[in-house]
Amino acid sequence: MSISNEILLALPELSLLSMACLVLVVDAFSKDPDHRITYWLTQISLAIVFLLVFTSIPDEPRLAFHNSFIDDAMSSVLKCFICAITIIVFLYSYEYLKENKLMKGEYFVLGLFAVLGMMIMSSAYSLLSIYLGLELMSLSMYAMVAMNRKSAAASEAAMKYFILGALASGMLLYGISMIYGLTSSIQFTEIAAISMTSVENSRFLVFGMIFMIIGIAFKLGAAPFHMWVPDVYQGAPTSVTLFISTAPKLAAFAMAIRILVDGLFPLVADWQSILMVLAVLSMAIGNIVAISQTNIKRMLAYSTIAHVGYLFLGLIAGTINGFAGSMFYIISYALMSMGTFGMIILLGRYEFEAKNLEDFKGLSGRSPWFAFIMMCLMFSMAGVPPFLGFWSKWFVLKELVASGYFALAAVSVVFSIIGAYYYLRIVKLMYFDKPDKMTAIKATKQMRAVLTANGLLILVLGLLPNSLMQICLTALAH
Amino acid sequence: MTVSNLPILSMLIWTPIIGGIWTLIAGDRQEQTVKYFSLAVSILTFVFSVLLYLDFDNASASMQFVERVSWIKAFDIQYYLGVDGIALPLILLTCFTTILVVLAAWEVIEKHISYYMAAFLILTGLMNGVFVALDAILFYVFWEAMLIPMFIIIGIWGGPNRVYATIKFFLYTFLGSVFMLVAFLYLYAKAGSFEISAMHDVALTLQAQKLIFIAFFLAFAVKIPMWPVHTWLPDAHVEAPTGGSVILAAIMLKMGGYGFLRFSLPITPDASLHFDDFMIVLSLIAVVYIGFVALVQEDMKKLIAYSSISHMGFVTLGFFIPFTIVANTGETSGAIMGMEGAMMQMISHGFISAAMFLCVGVMYDRMHSRMIKDYGGVVNSMPYFAAFMLLFAMANSGLPGTSGFVGEFLVILSSFEASFWIAFFAAFTLILGAAYTLWMYKRVIFGDVTREEVAELTDINARETLILVLLAIVVLLFGVWPAPVFDVMHASVEQLINHSLQSKAF
Repeated sequence: MSISNEILLALPELSLLSMACLVLVVDAFSKDPDHRITYWLTQISLAIVFLLVFTSIPDEPRLAFHNSFIDDAMSSVLKCFICAITIIVFLYSYEYLKENKLMKGEYFVLGLFAVLGMMIMSSAYSLLSIYLGLELMSLSMYAMVAMNRKSAAASEAAMKYFILGALASGMLLYGISMIYGLTSSIQFTEIAAISMTSVENSRFLVFGMIFMIIGIAFKLGAAPFHMWVPDVYQGAPTSVTLFISTAPKLAAFAMAIRILVDGLFPLVADWQSILMVLAVLSMAIGNIVAISQTNIKRMLAYSTIAHVGYLFLGLIAGTINGFAGSMFYIISYALMSMGTFGMIILLGRYEFEAKNLEDFKGLSGRSPWFAFIMMCLMFSMAGVPPFLGFWSKWFVLKELVASGYFALAAVSVVFSIIGAYYYLRIVKLMYFDKPDKMTAIKATKQMRAVLTANGLLILVLGLLPNSLMQICLTALAH
Repeated sequence: MTVSNLPILSMLIWTPIIGGIWTLIAGDRQEQTVKYFSLAVSILTFVFSVLLYLDFDNASASMQFVERVSWIKAFDIQYYLGVDGIALPLILLTCFTTILVVLAAWEVIEKHISYYMAAFLILTGLMNGVFVALDAILFYVFWEAMLIPMFIIIGIWGGPNRVYATIKFFLYTFLGSVFMLVAFLYLYAKAGSFEISAMHDVALTLQAQKLIFIAFFLAFAVKIPMWPVHTWLPDAHVEAPTGGSVILAAIMLKMGGYGFLRFSLPITPDASLHFDDFMIVLSLIAVVYIGFVALVQEDMKKLIAYSSISHMGFVTLGFFIPFTIVANTGETSGAIMGMEGAMMQMISHGFISAAMFLCVGVMYDRMHSRMIKDYGGVVNSMPYFAAFMLLFAMANSGLPGTSGFVGEFLVILSSFEASFWIAFFAAFTLILGAAYTLWMYKRVIFGDVTREEVAELTDINARETLILVLLAIVVLLFGVWPAPVFDVMHASVEQLINHSLQSKAF
C-alpha cells in the first residue's frame, strides 16, 4: 500500500488532530468568557470526524503503517459511537461548565485529544500504537479531572487517578515488554502466530498476558483494580465523570479485544479463567457495595464496576458472538450512563450539585417527564425489559450459556438481582417520596431535547434491538 | 362477524397499552375524560376478547389466531402470538377484571388518577401479552415488563408500608424469573430456536430436565405463589391499593399456573414426573398449613391473601397429580379431570378473590381500616353490601352452586384416584376455607355495632353495586353451568396431558 493510501486510512485521526490544534489556537485568541466559538468548533470537528468514519466503513480489514494500524468494521463502528457520544457529552458539559463557572477552553481541547487517543486505541494493531493511544487518552483525562482547581476533592481524585493510572500503564508496559521479549514482535498477528506454536514459552507468555490484563482491567475499572473508580467519579466535575464513564469504555473494550482476541487468542483458556475471577469479583463488589452508597455519583461508580463484570462475560464466552455481545453491552452501557449523568447535570444548580440520592426525592412531582426518563434509565440499568439494558445482559448471558458456562450465568443473574435493588431505590425516591423543596428544573431547551431523545432511545432500542445487534455482529464478523 | 383475518391478539395487547400511553400524556388535567376514556378502552379490550372467544374453535388443540413476524432477525426471535384453550379463559378473565379495576378506582383514587389508570391499562396489555406469546423471549419480555407498572402501582397508591412491600414484590419475582431466562437460553442452545413449541419437542436428558425444572419452578412457584416462597404476597396484597390487589390475586397469580402448564409440564415431563411428589407435598402444605395461617389473621386483606395461597395450592395439586393418577389407573380421564379442575379453580379464584378484595375495598374506602376488630355489625348499616359479601364468602369457602365449588370438587375427586391421603388433606380446604372466611364474615358483618363509625356507614352506591353484581353473576353462572370453560380448554388440556406423559429423556 502506498504511503498516500495509508494516510487516507488514518484520515479521521489526522483531521481530528489538526482540528484539535486549530481549536487550541482559536481558543487562545478568543475573548468570549463563554467560549462559544471553541465549543461550536469542537462540535463541528467531531461531527466531521464522525462523517469521515461513517462514510468509509470498510468491508475488509485494511492495515497500514507497517501493520500497526487497522481500519476494520469494529474500529469504525466504535469510532462512530465514540464521536457521537462525545458530541452529546460536550453538549451536556457545556451547560454544566457554564452553570458551575468552570468554563475553560482547555476542557474541549483536552476532550478532543482524549477522543483522538480513543480512536487510535480502536484502530491500533500493534502493542506500541495501543500504548500510545492509551496514554494520549489517559493524560488528557487526568487533566480534565483536575479542571476544578478550587475543589480539593477533584484534585485528590485527579492525583489518585494519575498515580494508579501510571501504575497500570507500567504494568501494561511490563507485560508488553515480556511478550515482545518472547515473540520479538509487537504486531498482533505475529504474536498470535508465534504463541500458537511456541509451547515451551507458553508459561512466560501467560505471565506477560497477566500484566496486560491488569492494565485492561484497570482502564475498564474491573475489580480488584477498581479502587480509583469511586473516588474519581465522585471527585471529578460531573461533566468529566460523564465523559469518563462513556466513550473511554468503548476504547478500553477495543483494547481488550485487540490484545486478547487478535493477539493472544491461542491463550484463550488462560485468559478466560482470569477474566472469570475478575468478572465475578466485579459483579459482587460493584453490586453489593453500591447498595450502601448515598452519593449518587459514587453509587453509579460501583454500578460501572458491576457492568464491567457483565461485559467480561461476553469475552469469557470466547466466541465471535460473545465478543459481539460484549460490544453490544458496552455500547448500551455508554448510552445509559450518558443519560444518567445527563440527568444529574440537569438536576444540578450552581453550588448545588445533585450529589446525593436524596436530591432525587419526589422528582415525579417536580418534573414528571424527566422522572419518567430517569425511571427508564434505571430499569434499563437493572436489566428489566423492555429496555435496552435487558438486551445487553441477555446477549452476553446467551453467549455464555451457549459456551456452556451455566454456573457463571447463574451467579451473574443473582448479582443482577442484588443490583436491581439500588436502581429501584432511585425509582422509589423519585416516585414514592415527597420532595423536600419544589424547585423547578432549570435547563435549556437543547439540554431537555437531547436528554429526552437519550431516554427514548433506550426505550426504542429496547423494543427494537435488532439493528444494533446486527451492527455488533457484523463488526466482529472477521 | 369474523375476527380471524384481524390481528386480534395484537389488538388485545396494544389497545390497552396505547390507551394507557394516551392517558399518561393527557395527565391529571382532564380527570373526567381520562376516567371515561380508560373505561372505554377497557370495555373495548373486553369486547375484543369476547370476539376472540366467539370465533375460537373448541375442537382444536392447536394454536389459533397465529401472528408471526420476525422481531430480532439476528437471533431469529419472533413476534409470535397464538392462543389455545389454556390461554383463552385467562385472557377473558384479564380483560374482564380490568373493567372492574377501572370502575373500582372511579371516585376512590384521588392522587394522579391518570397515572393510575395508565398503569392498569398498560399492565393489562402486558398481561395479555404473557398469555399469547409463543416465543420464549417475547414471553419473558412481557413477563418482566409487567413488574414495572405493578411496582409503581403498589409504590405510589399503596398503604403505609408500601415501599417495603413493593420492593420485596419486585425483587422476589425478579429473582425467580431470571433463572427462567437462563433456562430459556439453555433450551435455545439445545433446540436452536426460541419458539416455545420447539422447546416442547426438544429431547433433553433427565439431568438437564431437572435443572430446567428447578429454574422454571423458581419463576412460577414464586409467582403463583407456593409455600415456602409465598412471603411476598401477603405484604404486597396488604399494601397494594384495591385495584392492585385485585389484579395481583385475579391475574398475576394465575401466571404462575399458566407457566407450569405452558413450560414446566411439556418441556420437562420427566423431571415433572420425578418431582411430582415434591410438588404435591408443597401443594398440600399450602392448602393445610396456609389455611391455618389464614385463620389467625387480623387484617382482612392478609386473610384473603393467605386464602389465595391456600387456593393456589389446589391448582398446583391439580397440575402435578396426573402422573400418579395415570400410574394408578392407566387412564388419562382422571388426570384430565384433575387438571381441568385446577384450571377452573384458577378462573373461579380470579373472580372470587377479585370480589373479596373489592368488598374489603368498599369497607376500606369508608373506614380506612382493614382490621377485623375495627368492624362488627356492618350488616346494620350496609345490608345490601352484606348480602353480596355473603355470596362471595360462601363462594370462597367452596359452596356448591358457586364457581368456587366446581374446581375444588374436581381436584378432590381426581385426587382420590391418586391416593386417599392426598384427597383427605386436599379436602381440608373445604373445612378450613369455610372456617376462616365465614369466621371473618361473622366478626365483620354480624354482631353488635360497637363503633360509631360503623353505625354511620352508607350502603354501596350504584357504581359499587354494578361491580359486585357483575361478579355475582359470573360466580353463580360458572357455579351452575361451568361447561363453557371446560369446552374451551378440553382439547388443549387433553393434548397437554398426552404430551406430558411422553418421556423425552434419552
